[in-house]
Amino acid sequence: MPRSPAGDTDAPDTFVKLDVPRVRADYVAALTGNPNTGKSTVFNALTGLRQHTGNWPGKTVTRAEGGMTHEEKRYRLVDLPGTYSLLAASKDEEVARDYILFGRPDVTVIVVDATRLERNLNLVIQVLEITDKVVLCLNLMDEARRHGIAIDSDALADELGIPVVQTSARYGEGLTDLTNAIHGVATDKTPCKPKQNRLESTVRLPDAVNVLNRRIQETFPKLPNSRWVAMRLLDGDETVMAALRSGETGLLSGDEEQDDSPAERAEQVMETVRSLHWETGPDFHQALTEAIYAEAARIADEVVTRGEQEQETDWGQTLDHWLTSRWLGFPIMVLMLVIVLWLTITGANYPSAGLAWLLLDVVHPLLKSAAAAMSLPWWLDGLLIDGVYLATAWVISVMLPPMAIFFPMFTLLEDFGYLPRVALNLDRIFRRVGAHGKQALSMCMGLGCNAAGVIAARIIDSPRERLIAIITNNFSLCNGRWPTQILIATIFVGALAPAWMASLASALAVVAITLLGVFLTFVTSWGLSRTVLRGEPSTFHLELPPYRSPRFLQVLYTSLIDRTIFVLWRAVVFAIPAGALIWLVGNIHIGDETIAKHLIDFLDPFGFWLGLNGVILVAYIIAIPANEIVIPTVLMLTVLQVGLSGTGAGPGVMFELDSVPDTQSILNAGGWTLLTAVNLMLFSLLHSPCSTTIYTIWKETRSLKWTLLSTFMPVALGMCVCFVVTQCWRILS
Amino acid sequence: MRDRGYAPECAFRMFCAVPMPTEGIESIDQVSDAFSLETHPHRSSRNQSFFALIADMAPASALILFAVAVFALVVIFRFPMGLYWRLARMLNVNDRVLIEDALKHLHDCEYRGQSSSVESLGGALQLGQEPTVRLLSTLESAGLTRSGDRGPELTDEGRRDALRVIRHHRLYERYLADRTGYQESEWHDEADRYEHTMTPQEAESIAAQTGHPRYDPHGDAIPTPDGRIAENRGKSLSALEVGESAVVVHIEDEPEAIYAQIRALKLRPGMLLRLTQNTSERVLFTVGDQEHVLAPVVAANITVLPRERPSVDRESLPRLSSLAHGDSAVVAEFSPRCRGLQRRRLLDLGLIPGTRVTAELSAPSGDPMAYRIRGALIALRRDQASLIHIQATEEDEASHAAIASR
Repeated sequence: MPRSPAGDTDAPDTFVKLDVPRVRADYVAALTGNPNTGKSTVFNALTGLRQHTGNWPGKTVTRAEGGMTHEEKRYRLVDLPGTYSLLAASKDEEVARDYILFGRPDVTVIVVDATRLERNLNLVIQVLEITDKVVLCLNLMDEARRHGIAIDSDALADELGIPVVQTSARYGEGLTDLTNAIHGVATDKTPCKPKQNRLESTVRLPDAVNVLNRRIQETFPKLPNSRWVAMRLLDGDETVMAALRSGETGLLSGDEEQDDSPAERAEQVMETVRSLHWETGPDFHQALTEAIYAEAARIADEVVTRGEQEQETDWGQTLDHWLTSRWLGFPIMVLMLVIVLWLTITGANYPSAGLAWLLLDVVHPLLKSAAAAMSLPWWLDGLLIDGVYLATAWVISVMLPPMAIFFPMFTLLEDFGYLPRVALNLDRIFRRVGAHGKQALSMCMGLGCNAAGVIAARIIDSPRERLIAIITNNFSLCNGRWPTQILIATIFVGALAPAWMASLASALAVVAITLLGVFLTFVTSWGLSRTVLRGEPSTFHLELPPYRSPRFLQVLYTSLIDRTIFVLWRAVVFAIPAGALIWLVGNIHIGDETIAKHLIDFLDPFGFWLGLNGVILVAYIIAIPANEIVIPTVLMLTVLQVGLSGTGAGPGVMFELDSVPDTQSILNAGGWTLLTAVNLMLFSLLHSPCSTTIYTIWKETRSLKWTLLSTFMPVALGMCVCFVVTQCWRILS
Repeated sequence: MRDRGYAPECAFRMFCAVPMPTEGIESIDQVSDAFSLETHPHRSSRNQSFFALIADMAPASALILFAVAVFALVVIFRFPMGLYWRLARMLNVNDRVLIEDALKHLHDCEYRGQSSSVESLGGALQLGQEPTVRLLSTLESAGLTRSGDRGPELTDEGRRDALRVIRHHRLYERYLADRTGYQESEWHDEADRYEHTMTPQEAESIAAQTGHPRYDPHGDAIPTPDGRIAENRGKSLSALEVGESAVVVHIEDEPEAIYAQIRALKLRPGMLLRLTQNTSERVLFTVGDQEHVLAPVVAANITVLPRERPSVDRESLPRLSSLAHGDSAVVAEFSPRCRGLQRRRLLDLGLIPGTRVTAELSAPSGDPMAYRIRGALIALRRDQASLIHIQATEEDEASHAAIASR
């Protein structure tokens, strides 16, 4: 609840300097632009895919950074989030704006969609208000030519006072010109002379801007973009106010010397703002936007000529017609999802088995014998190899293959432009529960990995709906949980059906659990939007970009880097301590029993009450870091608790069995019944997210409240559901 | 199921600080042994004790217990009428809150030119006569009020305090309306809670963010930090001449029962209306093409400023939501109901007056609808589109006429 306006949503203390260290590069260039302008294509073309995913300090958005070399100068390129404007209405806009303002790149490259110049000029004009050192990249020239659009780039360059380069990054066109232009501006060889006071020369802006501008120039004579600061102050921009007060605006001028009393002088300026507000009235933002768009329209009118459009069959519209049609829209969507999931599950089997064989059956014994040869103490050997190594190996072998298949396929659909249509089709359902149609996409992503699903919620730019998508993402059954579901369903549910139907019955059980997750997503979304999240601001818009043929290799590469490796790395970081912990609880003795046994015995009655058992609860507590190792941990703990001999790999060493009947006999020995199995399937859906996801939620929301809520709400729900199911079951049986 | 050993005496011991004398214990060592994890033979059953109590409960009673617990939680925490919230509110009503509410009431009477009395104050604060009198004497001894000819009056100091609280209340309402997702019906209560604890710094921060507004979302003037407040303007809707046009400038948000009726009409300050009938039973007026009826007592809570009817009445313009699939129009104006983040976002997308939009693609259910706006295809929901007024352009009308004549 934004009780205090200085609360966690838009507090000035989230303001962070985004200064890219310059040690390894001579110049820094930032890439900005509207969404869907091919900005990332330009970025990848310039950097030759030599990028890494950089996670910026204190900011919620991960963006790519890369390098390029031109005339023996090293450049660092920073890919900023795509935004419509820099008036900072959303997190993405704030990141882009803060970077251009406080990160002080040597060059800002604005990538513009040549087919929609007028709309894109809106952003260009705003950037030019902040900085002069700008290169305009007119991208998608191929599409423009196809639509019969010609742009006089010389006239545009004259008009804006900055270099303009026509490119078609997808086909590698114009990239040399672009690099030259960037180099020219960075080295000050190409002068950038944007028109001063562009906005009032053509359109009427409230007089207050000029008055305040003069006031700021008197008070802060070194501030170069005082007009822009004036406009932001009149618009009530808190970040700029805070920057002015803290003297951070020294950064804007490139002036490093400490300001003596910025706060005092800032107060004088704020006083002027206060009195001017009485004159401007409440619609300053509208006046400003209208002025900028009017200027954009004027410029576009002068430089764009629309020729005869080639009478190309408009297959995009036809496709749109089918994909959003009343009868075919939904079946096509379901079909696509089923294909993607089927390919993921079946396709991942072989590489998963291969990796498991390599890491668990080949490398593990090798390591063990190497440790024996070095005569490591048994506890060190156990802790490192049986604990840490095994957990990490397990996570990688279960997690990597499905993600490496699922994410590229998903990214292909995204690149093609189909996913926004899915959001359009489903928005009605999500609107009913107070959510955003794009949540359908973060949910699907959650089927691959919840951490990735939480990150994917970034595409939702309305604060309330984005939080809903983040908090409920755990109800999407992620691929770390699929193996558990399938194994338990095969052993217990499949056994109920006649042999020829066994696999069908277990598959249906897993599908039912998945659908239950979807159902609970809707229920909790509805509840959240009406209770704890009701005060969060909410808005809706959904851009439907034109269809573009996806670039397979690039998609493969970026989805592997951005999603798969990124998430895997986080998972591994968390699996390491978990592996150590699991080994320790299985091996440290208090009295003549291990810690694990004590914990199990302590939690067993509570587990029984919920229809589970102590082993499962302990496994979920110590295996929170990764859902993948829940089943190995359960097996290890069961053997430990029941004291089976001849099975298992020793205390604290997780294991899995190749044969389903063997696994079943261990679980039966642990006292498992059909009820336990059903509850385990439910609990596996409804428990706290893995620690990778929890950490990601924290990174994304930067709010302890929402992180705790999304951690404990599902466990509470899971316990309630298991409890009710168990008690009803016991009454009936 | 496995055997669940349960030893009652162990359960008892677990909750006792002092060990019970047990048969066969001869030394203190043995007692501690009995409690140490190493040697106790029934260690596991002892640990079960507490949970075992519940675990052994019959399923039916466990379920009933669970249902009762859930019900109790709902009763306690349901917002805003749950016991927890009521208690929190009650605890919040301390002397400071009472004093500030009293000052607010006295200022309200003064502002409207009405006299106040112990009764009116007691009624406004929902206090009995005796506590009201006590409160008034506290106020007077603090130098905030004095007894005048027509009942209690504010001193200059009291007026300053009253205006500060009013400023906080109305500023916060403005903030809630512009910067958060709270519903119209929630603004007043939220502001009533926060006005007493807001610091002047917080108030200034809110003011700067919302552009130092002059009016709150109901049309009430917001006092300045130095205690100036705009004059009461306009007149009550029921005092308007039949046939006269006027702009809504203020909607009273108290009492809630009347405010809810006005809210249901989706009236906002800034909307133009025309009075068509005014009798002692009902007040009839039109907003755009729509006709509304209110009881005179409700209409009295709407303040309007008479104004000439402009040639183009915004409210009678069609809305973007009425644009049929495949048709085009030009954006005319935003409804006053479209505010805050919503309005900013739509503007940033290029939906500004004069922009040409075409309804190009519709979701299977018809909502949302995707519009071509300055080259991009952007989907908006129906309730958003209904906040944007449009005008058919001449060429659109010409093409419609051509289609019709064919």
